[in-house]
Amino acid sequence: MTYDADQLGWFGHEGAFGGRFMPEALIAALDELDTEWRKALADETFTHEFDRMLREYAGVPSMLYDATRLSERVGARILLKREDLNHTGAHKIRNVLGQALLTRRMGKRRVIAETGAGQHGVATATAAAYLGLDCTVYMGKVDTERQALNVARMQLLGAEVIAVDTGSATLKDAINEAFRDWVANVDHTAYLFGTAAGPHPFPSLVLSFVRGIGDESRRQCLDLTGRLPDAVAACVGGGSNAIGMFAGFLDDRDVALYGFEAGGDGVDTGRHAATIFAGSVGVLHGSRTYVLQDDDGQTVESHSISAGLDYPGVGPQHSHLSASGRASYLPVTDAEAMAAMRVLAETEGIIPAIESAHAVAGAMRLAEERQGQTILVSLSGRGDKDMGTALDWFHLGTADDGTAGDDQ
Amino acid sequence: MSTSTAFDRARAEDRAALVGYLPAGFPTVEGSIEALRAMVDAGCDVIEIGLPYSDPVMDGPTIQAAAQQALEGGVRTGDVLRVVEAVAATGTPTLVMTYWNPVERYGVEAFARDLSAAGGAGLITPDITPDYGQQWIAAADEHDLDKVFLIAPSSTDERIAMTTAACRGFVYATAVMGVTGARTTTSELAGPLVARAKAATSLPIGVGLGVSNGAQAAELASYADGVIVGSAFVRAVQEHAGDLAAGTRALSALTEDLAHGVRAGRGAVRA
Repeated sequence: MTYDADQLGWFGHEGAFGGRFMPEALIAALDELDTEWRKALADETFTHEFDRMLREYAGVPSMLYDATRLSERVGARILLKREDLNHTGAHKIRNVLGQALLTRRMGKRRVIAETGAGQHGVATATAAAYLGLDCTVYMGKVDTERQALNVARMQLLGAEVIAVDTGSATLKDAINEAFRDWVANVDHTAYLFGTAAGPHPFPSLVLSFVRGIGDESRRQCLDLTGRLPDAVAACVGGGSNAIGMFAGFLDDRDVALYGFEAGGDGVDTGRHAATIFAGSVGVLHGSRTYVLQDDDGQTVESHSISAGLDYPGVGPQHSHLSASGRASYLPVTDAEAMAAMRVLAETEGIIPAIESAHAVAGAMRLAEERQGQTILVSLSGRGDKDMGTALDWFHLGTADDGTAGDDQ
Repeated sequence: MSTSTAFDRARAEDRAALVGYLPAGFPTVEGSIEALRAMVDAGCDVIEIGLPYSDPVMDGPTIQAAAQQALEGGVRTGDVLRVVEAVAATGTPTLVMTYWNPVERYGVEAFARDLSAAGGAGLITPDITPDYGQQWIAAADEHDLDKVFLIAPSSTDERIAMTTAACRGFVYATAVMGVTGARTTTSELAGPLVARAKAATSLPIGVGLGVSNGAQAAELASYADGVIVGSAFVRAVQEHAGDLAAGTRALSALTEDLAHGVRAGRGAVRA
């Protein structure tokens, strides 16, 4: 069984998941991208340059870390794939370096991107600066407010950041706006899509650039433990870090794959972003996939404490992996994720991105049923950008006045 | 009733057809019926009714704001079909322009059936192309509905041939490489695109995206079979927010100007 897309971008079977539901005005650009990307992957000049950039600039391969104190606490061996240590602080640098290099190869001079938490925007602005490309980033107005530091980072990197205040003013609206820009400027502009979703070939193209997460992890796990992990856990918003991680293990039938979606306030409250767990099949942003939608097919606003998971769609390959039973997708609430963030900080001295904390929380839950087993976790990003949220959530930031020790 | 009847009549009068667009439920469901009927009375040959959608990637700010207003007003897919029925009852061919997900959610076959029952002529589908639209093509053929797909300046000749072969009613040419919204001049990309389309099909070619007055309509009408106007109509209503009577008068005046334009373009009347 293959888990890859066919030539038209369908996962599963024709019409099942994926495809290309896009305006004709963009089809030529998508076809060009598809052709050039396939050529690039077959060209050692391109792949060697991509590998060199990852190694010398991004700090990849990221290490696999044996989290012994956390493992002791939860009763299972937890291995963390340290994508948080990559340049710009998340797995997303892999994707943007690949797409920006492809842009340059295609002779285009400008990149645009959408961003939720700001991670993809920062990564795109970084890659654009590194490769000398003009850069415009679309970001929901709500997100620019909750991630102001990332806006500043992008601006410092020379990118133009446009706050989108249509619709729910979050990631999905930023994607709409970026598509509009692309339609108007497609002759000289490439759209650096931030996740393994969207119209064909983006889900497969993004996967090809992020699959190092899983391929490296598989090798590193074998080196470290002598065997494959029993389970793999990753957070899923659009799903790029998860698909990159899963890609290394799809053919290892004994390795259980778990995607943890944002459960927000709890799936039963309706305020969540658990697209696969609680959504239904529809078409959003160019592909058929699970979508949070109402009875009329209008997209429903998603909710998550984590801007990077706050998306009402999901990459179509995840929909296929769920429907085919190869991977399981479960929700993790805001509260569980924040608790896991604190546990990881206190046991290992690692502050994860809140997105990645969903994967940690999921792994801690898996550990209850998998005592003594090995669980590989994609630690997709670091938490520096989330300290404002953590400060509010845990009521931090007020130092003791120096008399606390005298209370007894 | 297929839109081809309206194009045939315009062709017999040696002029282009005027295709007018408004979203259903804008400013309200009843208001949109009244507005669209005013556009019919003032000279629109074909009506396009927009089905408001939460994620309209092809629409510019003007139409997006109108669709959002309609959604916030609570418009449902069933309301859209009700607007179709009321407008189609005038005898003017009435299409629905819709993003794909609401149709899929309603059920493709059920939507085709109910659209046909409401007297609708068919669908304009901006975010599906024939190579990914087999389900719609089958349902449209089953229910004798028009299938209007889009072509763009970036379309290859091969794709123009494939797309026009799948169309019924007319072919929708998007004349600027951008989103919908008023422009000060019509695009220089439109002429060559229409010529390429005409080399591939005998279907009428409607040109959309950009026209906002009679002079621009006349320029387009000199080589296109249909002049499609959307944002300018939406703006006419928006500029009289809260006063539907004034908005309707503005729509009528704009329609008359444009209707004059589609005739002037071929010299059917003096410009």
